[in-house]
Amino acid sequence: MASVEDYVARIEETCGEEKDFIVIFKYDKKEQVVAKILEKAKIEKSISAIIFELTFKDVSFRLYGTGKAIFRNLKDKSELRNVLVDLLL
Amino acid sequence: MFDPYKVRQDFPILKRKINNHPLIYFDNAATSQKPKQVIEVIKNFYENHNANVHRAVHTLSQEASELYEKAHEEVANFINANGVEEVVFVRGTTEAINLVAYAWGLRNLKKGDEVIVSLMEHHSNIVPWEILSKINGFNVKYAEVNGDGTLNYEAFEDMISSKTKIVCISHVSNFSGVINDVKRVAKVAHEHGALTLIDGAQSVPHLPINVKDLDVDFLAFSGHKMLGPTGIGALYGKREILEEMEPFQGGGEMIREVSFNTITRRCSITWNDLPWKFEAGTPNVCGGVGLMEAVRYLRKLGMENVKAHECMLTEYAMQRMQGCQKVKIYGPKDVSIKCGIIPFNVEGLSSHDVALFLDNYGIMIRSGFHCAQPLHEIFKLRSSARVSFYIYNTREEVDRFIEVLKEIEQV
Repeated sequence: MASVEDYVARIEETCGEEKDFIVIFKYDKKEQVVAKILEKAKIEKSISAIIFELTFKDVSFRLYGTGKAIFRNLKDKSELRNVLVDLLL
Repeated sequence: MFDPYKVRQDFPILKRKINNHPLIYFDNAATSQKPKQVIEVIKNFYENHNANVHRAVHTLSQEASELYEKAHEEVANFINANGVEEVVFVRGTTEAINLVAYAWGLRNLKKGDEVIVSLMEHHSNIVPWEILSKINGFNVKYAEVNGDGTLNYEAFEDMISSKTKIVCISHVSNFSGVINDVKRVAKVAHEHGALTLIDGAQSVPHLPINVKDLDVDFLAFSGHKMLGPTGIGALYGKREILEEMEPFQGGGEMIREVSFNTITRRCSITWNDLPWKFEAGTPNVCGGVGLMEAVRYLRKLGMENVKAHECMLTEYAMQRMQGCQKVKIYGPKDVSIKCGIIPFNVEGLSSHDVALFLDNYGIMIRSGFHCAQPLHEIFKLRSSARVSFYIYNTREEVDRFIEVLKEIEQV
């Protein structure tokens, strides 16, 4: 059965007052991840089709074509995990 | 003549492409890239000279010992120390500071004493003193900084007293690149009977350093920020102070003798000579050899040339960044009092967004607190982005960075 770990290489909690999460997707799955996310999330803004400002279930985040995403205003890692489950699985 | 384009040919990693763009490495304050000369010397050490150092009589050990001792000598010469006795190899700046905190501070600081650190310190020059203050009961006092990130010398001079036993301050701020006048700080400290510990992590790789002229008591720095490998760095200490200090860690290498009294059933231990007294266990021999090669590389370039090149790049980058409408730069505008570090933010974006955006174009920069949270809090910054230059960076790279920065402004 597929899991979030199949797609996510690493999650970094940023330092700084903004407690954002940077999700780094597995390099060999990045195209698949970007496609999945773009299918489910609402595109608010796209820059040169390589950077996407998205919202999904009241969560705003930015997705980069390089296979990285920055999630803002989440309570903790478990909330992030729930969002990723909904987005990726 | 210093030629960054020629220098670049020595750095294999700079040929890489990241996200289909040529790599632009502007995160040098975090760690530097390594020239092929350093990479080759590490490979050669393991292929031809690897052995444990000291005490063994076989040929390989003799070769490894000679290389390791020579490495201390080269580093000592690089900072104009009196000799190898004054240069202790450690893992890096953090370990060097902890060495002073525990080997000197634990025995010499007591309730009622004061340690002065500045508000611009990296966490590694704050946390050890705060931890130790909980054990020994002394006070940690914070020297103020001015609005442009420079040290407030007047406030520092008002703060210091006969209670102050050591002043711990960075030579160059890892946030703003401000160069502190540590010679002045050391003079004032000595007038009050206090020692000085200088965090040289951001200065030794970028400026000519003469510890005799600066008259500092301790200087801590890391090899990996100055072209050397990770896991190796040095603590300079004045010989007479190091001699009086007890060891930091116990083990092999740092002892001359562990003699067992069969009647009292106790061991009597005598310490090894300096600097080995502070290098317990098998040291990072290969790291030392790599650091030696890094120092040789920098000496060939000339530290005055290194400083001038970074100063030129910083001035150019700041001037171009000031042309970006949404970019706010922090720290002093006068490049003569700073090294090649520029902290900034882009209006409406978090520093992490800026770093991720630049990464998309192969440009590596830092974002966050840079382990200098107190200074961010003083300046009321949620975080900051930071570019930092070194010998292989060029004006063309700055131009490309500005191009992408202007794109970011449109987000």
